[in-house]
Amino acid sequence: MGISAPSVPRVWRERIIKYRLLGSKCADCGKISYPPRKACPRCGSTNLVEISLPKRGKVLSYTVIRTPPRGYLKYSPYIIALIELENGARILAQLTDVDPDEVKSGMVVEAVFRRYREQGEDGIIEYGIKFRPPIT
Amino acid sequence: MKPSKSTGILGYGVYIPVYRIKGEEIARVWGRSKAAIPIQEKSVPGLDEDSITFAVEASKNAIQRAGINPEEIEAVYVGSESPPYAVKPTATVVAEALGISPRLIAIDMEFACRAGTTAMQSIMGLVASSMIKYGLAIGTDTAQGRPRDELEYTAAAGAAAFIIAPHSSENIAYIEGSYSYVTDTTDFWRRDGEVYPRHAYRFTGEPAYFHHIYEAAVGLMEELGLKSSDFDYAVFHQPNVKFPVRIAKRLGFPMEKIKDGLLSNIIGNTYAASSMIGLAAVLDVAKPGERILMVSFGSGAGSDAFSIVVQDAIEEKRRLAPLVRDYIEKRKYIDYAVYARYRSKIKTR
Ligand SMILES: [Zn+2]
Repeated sequence: MGISAPSVPRVWRERIIKYRLLGSKCADCGKISYPPRKACPRCGSTNLVEISLPKRGKVLSYTVIRTPPRGYLKYSPYIIALIELENGARILAQLTDVDPDEVKSGMVVEAVFRRYREQGEDGIIEYGIKFRPPIT
Repeated sequence: MKPSKSTGILGYGVYIPVYRIKGEEIARVWGRSKAAIPIQEKSVPGLDEDSITFAVEASKNAIQRAGINPEEIEAVYVGSESPPYAVKPTATVVAEALGISPRLIAIDMEFACRAGTTAMQSIMGLVASSMIKYGLAIGTDTAQGRPRDELEYTAAAGAAAFIIAPHSSENIAYIEGSYSYVTDTTDFWRRDGEVYPRHAYRFTGEPAYFHHIYEAAVGLMEELGLKSSDFDYAVFHQPNVKFPVRIAKRLGFPMEKIKDGLLSNIIGNTYAASSMIGLAAVLDVAKPGERILMVSFGSGAGSDAFSIVVQDAIEEKRRLAPLVRDYIEKRKYIDYAVYARYRSKIKTR
C-alpha cells in the first residue's frame, strides 16, 4: 500500500502479459501461474512455458477495497477476486461493471480489457485485464 | 468511388458500455420539460473505460466473427474524436492488446463522427490494391456534452469494428462501392484543450447533416445505378432520432427500412461508432442477398455512403460474438450524480 506507480519501462515490459492475460505453466508438474514466473512456485522447476490463460472463470472469493493504494482512489470502492479459470488456474484480478453487493462466490465472469490506473493527469494510462459478469 | 477489385466484410463487432442515464433524469436536474427530451436514454462509459478499451472489445468481437488469427490483420485504422491521449496513438494499444502487431499499418483518424467510416474506406483501398489482405477499421467514442447543453442528452459512448477482406464467399457481406462528400462547414467544433465541444445549434441541421448525407447517398446511388427502392435497409448517422428519420424520408426510405439500424433513442449518439453500430444491428438481422445503405456524417463536415450486400456466411457467423441487442439489453441505470462522477464532472481536489 502507498507504493508509487510503476515506471514507464516497467509498464511497457509487462504490457503483453497484462493485455492478453498470459501466464506460465510448469512443464514438470503442470502448475499454472499468473503473472508468469521464472521458477515454478510448487516444484522449483525452471522448465516453464508461457501460455494464454482462459478468458472465463468463476469467483471463488473476493474482497472490497475501500482504502486503495495511490492511483486507484478514482475507482474506490472496487473488488479484488480470486478467480478460478476454466483450466483450473487461480488468479487474483479486479472485477468491474459490478457493485460490491452484486458479487457472489461462484458467479461466472469473463475477461475484459480495461484501464488499471492513470499515473496522474499528465502521466501514462495503464491497461490490462479485469473480469466482469459475461455479456451473453 | 469504387475500387477496381471488390472487397467485403469478413467480421464485425460492437461494444456498448453497460451504464445508461435516462433523458428524464438529465431533464430533472436542469428543470427541463419532459416534452423537450430528444432521446429516451444514452450509454455512459464506466470509470475504467475509454475509447481504447471500447475499441479493443469491439475488435475482439469482429475477429471472433471473422475467424482469423489476429496476426493476419495488416492494418488497424481507428476513428475517434475522444482519444484518451492527445499525443500517443490508440491504434497501437488496440493492436498490441489483440495480438495484431508489430507488422502492421496503424493510424488514428479524426473527423468528428465520420472518422470510423473513413477508416473503412481507407482499408477498402488497401485491401483492393492487394497491399494487405485483412484490415481492421474501428469507430470508437466516449463523447462529452457540456452540462445543461442540448448535447448532454445525446452525447453517448460506443464502438464498432469491421474487418475488411478481399471479395470471397467467406465474407458476411460485400461492399458494392462507397462515396464521400466533404465541404468546409463549421457546424460543430472543439478547440484544442477544451473539454466540451460547441455547436452552431440550428446550423447543424440543414447545411450540415442533411446536405452532406443527402449528397453522399445520392452520389453513391448515381454511381452504382441504384435507387432507394433497391435497398432493403438504410442506416444513417444518428445524433438524435429526428434527424435520421427526416433524412430517410427525404431520400425515399420508409420507417420499415430504417428501424432495425436506428438505435439513438436507446443508446444515444455514439459519434464515430453511430452509423457503424447501426450497420452492425442490421447485419444482426439481415438475410443473405439483402442490400444495405449506410451513410455517416461528421461535423466539419462530410459523409461517407456505402452500399453493402449481405452474403450467406452471415447465418453462421452472426452468433460467434455478442449481438448489438445483447449489449443493449445488458444495462444498469445510473442517476445524474453517479453520471457526473463517471464522466469526471465532480472535482475532488
Ligand atoms: Zn512445477
